[in-house]
Order: sequence, then C-alpha cells, then structure tokens
Amino acid sequence: MREIILEARHIHKQFHDPVTVQVLTDINFTITKGEFVSVIGKSGCGKSTLLYILSTMDTDYQGELLIDRELMTGKSDAELAHIRNAKIGFVFQFHYLLNEFSVLRNVMLPGLKLNKYREQEVEHRAMERLKMLGIDHLAQKMAYRISGGEKQRVAIARALINDPYIIMGDEPTGNLDKRNSELVFDIFKELAETHQQTLLIVTHDQSFAQNTGRIIEMEDGRIIRH
Amino acid sequence: MNGKLIIGIARSLLLARWRQTLVAAVGVTFSIAMFITLLGFMNGLNDMLDGLILNRTPHVRLYNEIKPTQQQPVNLSADFKNSYNFISSVKSGISRQEIYNSGPILKAVKADARVLGATPKLTAQVFFNEGTIDITGVINGVDVEEENRLFNFQDYVTTGHAIDAKNVANSIILGKGLADILVADIGDVVQITTVLGERFSLKVVGYFQSGIQEIDKVQCYASIGTTQKLLGKPNNYMTDIQVKLHDLDMAPAVAKEYASVFNIDAEDIQTANSQFETGSNVRSLISYAVGITLLVVAGFGIFNILNMMIYEKMDSIAILKATGFSGSDVNRVFLVIALSIGFFGGLVGLLLGLLFSMVIDNIPFVTAALPTIKTFPVNYNPLYYFIGGSFSLLTTYLAGFFPARKASKVDPVEIIRGK
Repeated sequence: MREIILEARHIHKQFHDPVTVQVLTDINFTITKGEFVSVIGKSGCGKSTLLYILSTMDTDYQGELLIDRELMTGKSDAELAHIRNAKIGFVFQFHYLLNEFSVLRNVMLPGLKLNKYREQEVEHRAMERLKMLGIDHLAQKMAYRISGGEKQRVAIARALINDPYIIMGDEPTGNLDKRNSELVFDIFKELAETHQQTLLIVTHDQSFAQNTGRIIEMEDGRIIRH
Repeated sequence: MNGKLIIGIARSLLLARWRQTLVAAVGVTFSIAMFITLLGFMNGLNDMLDGLILNRTPHVRLYNEIKPTQQQPVNLSADFKNSYNFISSVKSGISRQEIYNSGPILKAVKADARVLGATPKLTAQVFFNEGTIDITGVINGVDVEEENRLFNFQDYVTTGHAIDAKNVANSIILGKGLADILVADIGDVVQITTVLGERFSLKVVGYFQSGIQEIDKVQCYASIGTTQKLLGKPNNYMTDIQVKLHDLDMAPAVAKEYASVFNIDAEDIQTANSQFETGSNVRSLISYAVGITLLVVAGFGIFNILNMMIYEKMDSIAILKATGFSGSDVNRVFLVIALSIGFFGGLVGLLLGLLFSMVIDNIPFVTAALPTIKTFPVNYNPLYYFIGGSFSLLTTYLAGFFPARKASKVDPVEIIRGK
C-alpha cells in the first residue's frame, strides 16, 4: 500500500444563491503518492467545485478532507494558507502570473513566502525548475511579456517551487493550442513518472484524460467512475 | 523574512502603477506642505503680534494705585461700629504714586528664583515747548540696560542707540510721532516744562517706534536718573517695578503673592492682556482645522486610489491567496502600500512645507506700524513638522484600512471561477 496523499470523505456541497442547489453529493476517494489523476465530466458537473474544495480554498462544504493524513476541515484561514503554500501547487486555466513581477520572481514568491530557504537558495531552486521546463531563458522577462504556453509552464514551475505533495490543475490546457497542450501534458507525465509527483488535473479534454494514470469521472455532482 | 517579502510585493504593486501612486502621493505632499506652511505662517504672525505687546509688557507690574483708603477712620472707630456711616467727598489725599520701600522690594524680587529680571520705572508728565505751543508727553524713566535685556527695548529704537539715553547726560529718546511734530533731529535739543513748572533742555539721541501711532505721539524714554531729576526726586524714587518671569504662566500666582507680601498693587500680564491670548488661540485653531481638512481630503484620494487598485489587482490577490498568502498577508501588503504613500508623500510634503516657509520668510514685509519686521514672520517649530508627519501616516493608515480589509477578504475561488 502506497502512501495516501489526499483523502475525501463524504463531501457534500450546496450553492445557496439564489436557490439551494446540490452541487456535490457524497464524494469519497483517495489519491496515493505518485498517481497522475484526471477528473473529467461535463460542464457543470461540479468537478471544478470539487477541486476548489480539495485545494482548501473553498471551506464551505460538509464532510472531511485530509491532505497528508491531516484533517483540513475546520482549520483557520492562516493555517490553510500555510498548507496551500507548503503542500499544494496550482496550475490554472488562465495562467495567473503576477504581471508586476518578472518570471523568476513569480516562481520564487511562494518559496519566499514559505521561508524555508534563504533568498539565494530559493532563486537557485526557481532557476532549476525553469531549466527543467526549458524556459530558463525567460527568467528575467516581465510576466506579461511572454506567450500563453510559456506562461503556463512558468505557472507549473511556480507550482513546483516548494516540492508540493500534490499539484492540482484546473483545465491547465484548456486555454492552449494543441502543440502547447501536448507540451504541458508531457511535462505532467514526466513529473509523474520520473519525479513521482502526485497530480490531480481537472479537464474536459478526453484525449488528455486518456493518457493519465487514473480517471475520475463525475456526473451531476457524483463520482460515477474512479 | 516575511516582512521583507510583503514590502517587496507592495513595492512592485506600487511601481507597476507609478502614475496613480504619484497622484496619491502628490495629494499627501500638497496637503502636508500646506499644513506646515499655514501653521508656520499663522504662528509666525501670532508670535509677532503677541510679541508686539507681550515682549514689552512686564509679566508682573508692581505699583501703587492712587485710590482712597478703603477703611475710612470713622469705620475703624469702636464708637461707631454699630452705626451706618455716610462719608461724602472721599479723597485719595495722602496716598502717593511712589513705591514705598522700593530698594528692598526690588532686591527681594530679583533674588526670587522664578524671576528672570526686575527693573524699576517711573513716569513723568511733561510739556514739550514748540514755539508757543505746548505738547503733552510722557517721559518714561527706565534702566536702559535691563530694559534692553528683558523687554527688547533696542528693537523699538529705530534710529540711534538706546544705550545713549544712559551714556549721554540729559538725553531723551523721542517717540517717532512726537519727533515729527517737534521737527527734532538726532542731536537737536528739545525744551520741556515739567508739571512743577521747571524748564529743562534735553538732547535727542534716538527715535522710538512702537508700531502704535497713538503711543508714539506721546511716549518718550530717558534714563532713570534724568527722569528723577526732572521730577526733582531723590534717586530711590520709582513708581513701577517691572518683573519678567522665567515662566509666563506663573504670572497670576506671583502677582497675587507679591501683592500680599509687599502690600502693594500687582498686575499680571494675563489680566492686562487677556484678549491677545484669545486671538492667538483662535488663529491657531483655524490653521489646524484647515490643515486637517486638507489631510482628510488627501486621505479620501488615497482611499479611492487603493480601492481602484484592489479591483484591478483582484487576480493578483486571488493568486497570492491560492499560492499560500493568508488574508492577513494581503491585508498587510495593502497597508504597506497606503503607509508608504503616506510616508514618502508626507516626507516630501514636510520638505516642501519647509521650502514654502523659507520663501515666505524672505518676502519683504515693510510696514511703518511694525518697525522690527522686515519680512513676513514664520515659525519653524519642529512640533508642526512632527504633527504633520504623524498625521500623514495616520490618515493614510485609515485610508488604507478599509480597502486593505476588503482585499484580505477577497475569495480566490470566486475570482478564479469567474473567468
């Protein structure tokens, strides 16, 4: 039995505005270390909502969430922020880099926030990750001066900076052309296979999902296959 | 170093929109500069106007008032104790203007630790003879050196040297208005007649200008010795003792004490010039009110700009939160932004205020009424700079408080979802 990274126990969620709608019903699953998991489902099936709950950003749900066998439910805002900082890496559909900073600085920010390494060390680690993703030549550019595909790779580098337990992606290839999508997918694949990086990616791209290690399929707020 | 990181983020956010930042900072700069200039100028004027009267007014004046005795002999008599006594035509006959026992009193007052200095004074009513016309005047006999030290006498002697009144025998410093009437130049001799009918010749050694026309037409100064000679009195004769204290605020208490100890009339400066203090206070109050209004307006400017910035930076805030910055971190980022606008804007404002004050300080301001003033008066009290500086930080903190709290409450899920 491999180490369990993430566990969802009986997670329910409703939206209350304007009328109460059941979005997630009794979600139960576990993810173990090194797994490359994709979550698929039609638009509105609640997969993004689930991801935000799993990422600790959304705390308005019933049930229990454990990351690294630690109960997340009921923790304070600051504690959750620290867990996101140290244990979770994010890649979003719309790359979400901070335009005020250089590429290198963007990658470094979560590392500086964690404050585990000195600044020079964080910078070195950021460069390592940029190099691994083949974009180290962009390091000194401002974040808004690079292309969409490059931004997404910078976002992945940023997600990796603190050696997270799990990387979560919300349609990370949804906004990219085919070539860049494949590039990003290859990066994920390599992370999972050679670095034993756990990945949880929400997508509606079937071909993307087919190539991942495990597929969780959702429909109407329930898991129908995992 | 979390603090360093937060300051770094704040700095990047600020510099990314440096135009907005500049506008906000200029608002603070302007209001602080005006606050400083206004207060400096207002208080400079206050000090000058106060100085006009207060510098030359003794803090406590000891004198003998000519008045009838309160206890008439009939009231003291045991025989008429139980009757109503009607006395008409009461005269203050036997009272004298001279201070009794003046030497020891002067000595005792000078020995008092609270007293900066005390100087005797006496006044003589005279007539200046100009041809066939007699012009009334008052000669104040003063101890010139002490008068200079305690009451800045030399400042008001616009022509000639005050000390000549002492050094030149039988000399007089004429009021400027009186000198104009008498057409008396420096070095001329004026004829006077005392109330006792004796005639004297006095040499004009200077002009005195107080800034108040009516006074300058009447008042003259001479040394104590000269004045005593005019009155035909011995050299221990004096009608006033002027006392200057170290602390102005103690005057009423000291006056009361001296009145009972020396059995003399004593008047303190607060009673004599109460209207001046009221005027000063009101002027200060107005300048503070205007300055604070300016700062509050600048504060609203900062509030607006920060609010706008937060709407613009929603994505950045969401991403900061998603990558592990807590609400309080974001809150601090925006407070640092607000405070640095306040700090740098305020700092430049203080310097600019100093510059404006110096410019005003050098604008010529010549008026016959104020002989000692050549340029506009400005007060450079560091307290105003301290108040201005801390107030700029306070307003910007308050202006940043609500936007920062709003930023800290941004829900990253909503922003990321909303795209």
